[in-house]
Amino acid sequence: MTDLALRRLTWRVATVLEVRPEGAEARTLVLDVPDWPGHRPGQHVDVRLTAEDGYTAQRSYSIASAADGSTVELTVQALADGEVSSYLVGIAEPGDRFELRGPVGGYFTWDPEDPSPVLLVGGGSGLVPLMSMIRVRAAEGSRVPFRLIYSTRDPQTAFYPGELLRRVRDDHGLDVTLVYTRAVPEGWPRPPGRLDARTLTEAGWPADFAPSCFVCGPTGFVEVVANLLVAAGHAPQRVKTERFGPSR
Amino acid sequence: MGMAGATGSSRDSADMAFVDGNELAGALGEIFAVDVTVARGRCAGCGRESAVAETVVYSRSPGLVARCPGCESVLLRVVRGRDRAWLDLRGVTCVEFSLPDTE
Amino acid sequence: MGVFTRGFAGRRRTDENLPPGQYLTEDFPVLSAGPTPRIDTGTWEFAIGTETGARHTWSWSQLMALPSEEPTVDLHCVTKWSKLGTRWRGVSLDVLLEDVESEGEFAVAHSYGGYTTNMPLADLTDGQAWIAFEYDGEPLDPEHGGPARLLVPHLYLWKSAKWVRGLTLSLDDEPGFWETAGYHNYGDPWREQRYWGD
Repeated sequence: MTDLALRRLTWRVATVLEVRPEGAEARTLVLDVPDWPGHRPGQHVDVRLTAEDGYTAQRSYSIASAADGSTVELTVQALADGEVSSYLVGIAEPGDRFELRGPVGGYFTWDPEDPSPVLLVGGGSGLVPLMSMIRVRAAEGSRVPFRLIYSTRDPQTAFYPGELLRRVRDDHGLDVTLVYTRAVPEGWPRPPGRLDARTLTEAGWPADFAPSCFVCGPTGFVEVVANLLVAAGHAPQRVKTERFGPSR
Repeated sequence: MGMAGATGSSRDSADMAFVDGNELAGALGEIFAVDVTVARGRCAGCGRESAVAETVVYSRSPGLVARCPGCESVLLRVVRGRDRAWLDLRGVTCVEFSLPDTE
Repeated sequence: MGVFTRGFAGRRRTDENLPPGQYLTEDFPVLSAGPTPRIDTGTWEFAIGTETGARHTWSWSQLMALPSEEPTVDLHCVTKWSKLGTRWRGVSLDVLLEDVESEGEFAVAHSYGGYTTNMPLADLTDGQAWIAFEYDGEPLDPEHGGPARLLVPHLYLWKSAKWVRGLTLSLDDEPGFWETAGYHNYGDPWREQRYWGD
């Protein structure tokens, strides 16, 4: 899979190959990163932009793709006052370059050799590292049962809607449950509302299946969901979390 | 990166202005050759053992500050200068690193 | 350095009137090393302690009864943003130190939540520092250090301790939270004293 040799991180140059809109104010950027050592599903990168006057800004973004040579995909949500995200989503175009450091983060990663069932719970852009896990699962031909619970504001803001539908159909063993917090599609059986203990029980795995749980999204979302999972009997060490900071 | 309306956003945004030790992976990855997010440390304050990824991290700061998820005391601080970095680990008594199996 | 990114300008701009390496910002970034303390003014207290063990304390109402000033100052954060012409209301340290007798040449500011920062006492006197409780005409927001913070604008902003609860005066210098972790012991933005040895 990926090179686990001891190595310190340095900055590399990434070139934008392609951009694709996602959701309402987000974008997937397909990057070429020469000599990319590969990455594990769930890892992230640090992105650094440098202006002509030398001013730099740096943020972390989860890798959305499965490892594929020198190609790395990020899905970035534009934040209202985000100086890096607004550049990546609104200005960057194919041919543009910036610096990238990674892959980083071995804690929040899924190991395809682990036969445990997997529960993925993503809030908003927290879906991104979980999507990397889903894509790797398919690339490896894994039969490990995956359940994804994805909380998003409304149908317009959802990332990868077509791909998720297709994978549920084709990947065998992937279940996806969507939770809409502000507005639901026409004909949706439930009114909008936040992810709660009942949905986690119905759409997740029983605690005695000892699933590997991955929870990612805004800090407040992760705090609530992680607490609900532990309260439902999941061992804390089986609940891995990645917090993106306060929702705005 | 955050979605208003997502679970938990009723809590004040300022109270949720922290992330976790995954945020340290890049900065510490420039210093250590091994993945630090899975390293485990024991809090010098309350004795709780946590993985670095599980620590409470304040990143909007002149440096990165990781606090114990149990007692909130400072475990470690990382400051990155232009050509130097400082790592203060006085808040942990010992750190366990995962290394490739030599067998 | 590295690769320049086309089309990226950030929200900052440079200005000749700024200290070296700083960029101008219009917003007011919130930086913090820990959870935001929530202090009720009913229990708030500010204390100045000296090397003899003497302690001078002020409750919130005692602080409010002191003469205050409305300094307009420029802020320079070591993370490179500067904000010019910020308006505050606060009590000058000259007023608070008036009856304090001390041989101490150094001060450490202590905050609710445990933050500390140090400076020479001479940098807190002669109109250089305030205990500030209003920003831009409004009570100081907890995110920005309210109910009250130290304001020492001629040094980098990390010296302007948020949620200040006291000053300790002593004969010895005692580096604080960031000063022990790589940041410069004095911190003059005009000499770009960001880190150890600068």
